[in-house]
Amino acid sequence: MRFSKRLYLFLIPGALLYFTFFILPTLGAFFYSITDWDGANQNFNFVGLANYIDLITNDIVFMKSLGNNLKFLLAVVIFQTIFSLIFALILIKNTKTNIFFRALFFFPTILSSVSVAFIWSFIYAPSIGILNPFLETVGLGGITQSWLGNPDIAIFSLAFVQIWFHTGQVMIIFIAGLQNVPKELYEAATVDGAGKWQRFSKITWPLIAPSTTMVVGYTIIQSFKAFDLVYAMTGGGPAFSTEILVTFIYNSAFSHYQFGYASAASVILMIIVAGITMIQFRLINRNKVEH
Amino acid sequence: MFSSLSKRTLVILFSLLIIIPVSMVVITTLKTSDYFYLNPTGLPDAVTFQNFVDIVKENNLHVHFLNSLIVTISTIFLCLFVASMVSFVIMRLKGWKSALLYGVFIVGMMLPAQVNMIPLYGVVDALGLLNSLIGLILVSTTSFMPIVVFIVAGFMKTIPSSMIEASTMDGASEWQIYRKVALPLSAPAMATAAIFIGVMVWNDLLYPLLFVASPDKKTLPLSLLDFQGEYFTNYPMIFSGVLIASLPMIILYIFLQRYFIEGMTAGANKG
Repeated sequence: MRFSKRLYLFLIPGALLYFTFFILPTLGAFFYSITDWDGANQNFNFVGLANYIDLITNDIVFMKSLGNNLKFLLAVVIFQTIFSLIFALILIKNTKTNIFFRALFFFPTILSSVSVAFIWSFIYAPSIGILNPFLETVGLGGITQSWLGNPDIAIFSLAFVQIWFHTGQVMIIFIAGLQNVPKELYEAATVDGAGKWQRFSKITWPLIAPSTTMVVGYTIIQSFKAFDLVYAMTGGGPAFSTEILVTFIYNSAFSHYQFGYASAASVILMIIVAGITMIQFRLINRNKVEH
Repeated sequence: MFSSLSKRTLVILFSLLIIIPVSMVVITTLKTSDYFYLNPTGLPDAVTFQNFVDIVKENNLHVHFLNSLIVTISTIFLCLFVASMVSFVIMRLKGWKSALLYGVFIVGMMLPAQVNMIPLYGVVDALGLLNSLIGLILVSTTSFMPIVVFIVAGFMKTIPSSMIEASTMDGASEWQIYRKVALPLSAPAMATAAIFIGVMVWNDLLYPLLFVASPDKKTLPLSLLDFQGEYFTNYPMIFSGVLIASLPMIILYIFLQRYFIEGMTAGANKG
């Protein structure tokens, strides 16, 4: 196929934007990470790897936010994946009722994180909320507490909201994967006398492996990106108990004016996310080869 | 694997977990603040719509609503325009050039916006675009460009090359092929992408928080964020704001459910 060289003109607006607002700042993160830039002053010094060394060896809050991010991530990955897979299996057939429930479960996805944060702040609120009175009514008065105020619990309260927020969306990804599993396989297995559990473990599970890999990868990255929800709900508190990497980066830069330091934390986050994405792509490609 | 009774129970439980909070928001907005503190969880004694009037007046919510609308619609159009042109080049080129271009533009999809927000702030500041809707639109457009290239280029690749060749024979310029052939044929992919961008930009907090400070430039999520400090636990007021901010998406969702689900899933789906 032939084309004129003018074709390349089509790239100009996209390339300009992409370079200015993506490539430049991404490279900039590496550059600033070795400086002590404060975000305002034109003058700054190069400090080598000092920011990185400080973060890893000296900064309790950074390590804590890494740990919190891991707790949040594990809770969300485990429960969101299980729930969304169960609901996908239940609602897989395209009946009218199932389509209605899918749409209902998906609904939270279209809300803004700020709205969701307000809704759940109210539900969790100790005196006027609805979770504590509900627990008392059903005889679980013993576990009522300040769900966002208790530093041991708060990060899991947030994880629950994240699960509420995105289970419907992940369910849809699973349903798409499940509907690709050929029906004949189940029919053949049923004829051979396979039970429901066997059909799941021997047919469904291996065949939806690509969907599962994708869902887990997507959920992990979502957990690192959960800035809006955490910032609007707790702002990282109480006592840094819900500080995750992105809120840490934001606070270092915009509350403490340590732009260089925050950039170093950004680079660490970038490496983590890029690593996860690469593992995910490898796994997906391997699955594709197998089937 | 599950008995049909336990299946039904699970589905109903999760339904309630969504229906109860949402109806609670609606019910709370209809209460006066005084009555809310007396009876936070019950039904209102008398229905009032005063909260909606007050919350809009006290916060100039109509201005923020308009800002959100401007930013969302401009981002949708600009992003679709720019990304579809890139996709068109990816489709027209063959071999390694096409693959390289595709790769370069897709990389952005793998890195969440949060990883470069600090230097991005520096870039926006240096260009004098802080505190302007234009800055917000340009940054949002760029951040969704990779995913839109992914969706649209993937779709354009399925256009039979005979259709493009036929137009080249007729002496059509690249611009004409783009306008008359590639763009109309990609309409379904563009619609999917538009919905994805629309929901994400309308609901976004991070970019407005980073780049916009003055009250007349705020978008809805950023404006809502102030309510916490302003109204503390006055949820009738807070939820009125939440409802106003969510209503456009809820109405669109009711009518375009299938497309929303498709669009939002395509956005998540990068396997």
